[in-house]
Amino acid sequence: MSLHATNRDAGNITVVDLSGRIVLGEGSALLRKTIRGLLDEGRAMILLNLADVDYIDSSGIGELVSGYTAVKSRKGDLKLLHLTKKVRDLLQITKLFTVFDVFTDEHAALSSFEQPAS
Amino acid sequence: MGSDAKHLEVTLETQVESVNLAEEMCLRMAEAAGFGEDDCYRIGMSVREGVINAFHYGNQERPEKKIYLAVDLTPDRMIIHVLDEGTGFKLSDVPDPLAEENLLSTSGRGIFLMRAFMDEFDVVPGKTGGAEIVMSKKLPTPGSSSPNGEGGQSSAPHQEA
Repeated sequence: MSLHATNRDAGNITVVDLSGRIVLGEGSALLRKTIRGLLDEGRAMILLNLADVDYIDSSGIGELVSGYTAVKSRKGDLKLLHLTKKVRDLLQITKLFTVFDVFTDEHAALSSFEQPAS
Repeated sequence: MGSDAKHLEVTLETQVESVNLAEEMCLRMAEAAGFGEDDCYRIGMSVREGVINAFHYGNQERPEKKIYLAVDLTPDRMIIHVLDEGTGFKLSDVPDPLAEENLLSTSGRGIFLMRAFMDEFDVVPGKTGGAEIVMSKKLPTPGSSSPNGEGGQSSAPHQEA
């Protein structure tokens, strides 16, 4: 199953609904393209909804980390929402659970982003 | 699963599609051997990572090189070999992806995942001069297998020193 990504805006935050597998090849490439595309548009507050992603390999993990560091370098933030059990376990054994902010509730996730000063 | 040993050998091209193909083949063998869903996932992931390692690090993504996959089903375990045509490497040279300084590395987790997901894992010099990954998983004992694969298999990952 290939990866699909749909963006929706919630104020200055972009929620990316992902479905499929984030693996070596098209899946990892699409995730990279999506995050880089948002950064190019100046949108550096990103919430990845992984509810329908049930498989990530080491290439996909690398792409998540790459996206995270790219977003951070633009003074933004990249957070994760609705991890499936397999993805959660994978992030736990690779200790990346300590790196990413992970949420089970979208409202709480959106509220956690720093709002721009008015 | 009968007691007769079964053997599969495939030569794969150095291309991304080989990763999916190898995973699919090994998943079918694992399912037929009686592994549960969770163990099939771990075996499939380990095969993916082994072939990704051969594709990317071993063969340097050079299409003229081959990847050799072999699977043996013995009466008590599934043994998987992945051989590349690179220059080989030592496990002791592989950085620990859990070290603080490597947590944000964008690569280098494949070996760790194979070690975590399989019962036995090693890298030996291959007959091609490249690296040969050898990994195995014990077959579920009769009566211990469950549909979700929880029977008889340890799911706890372990990390090398």
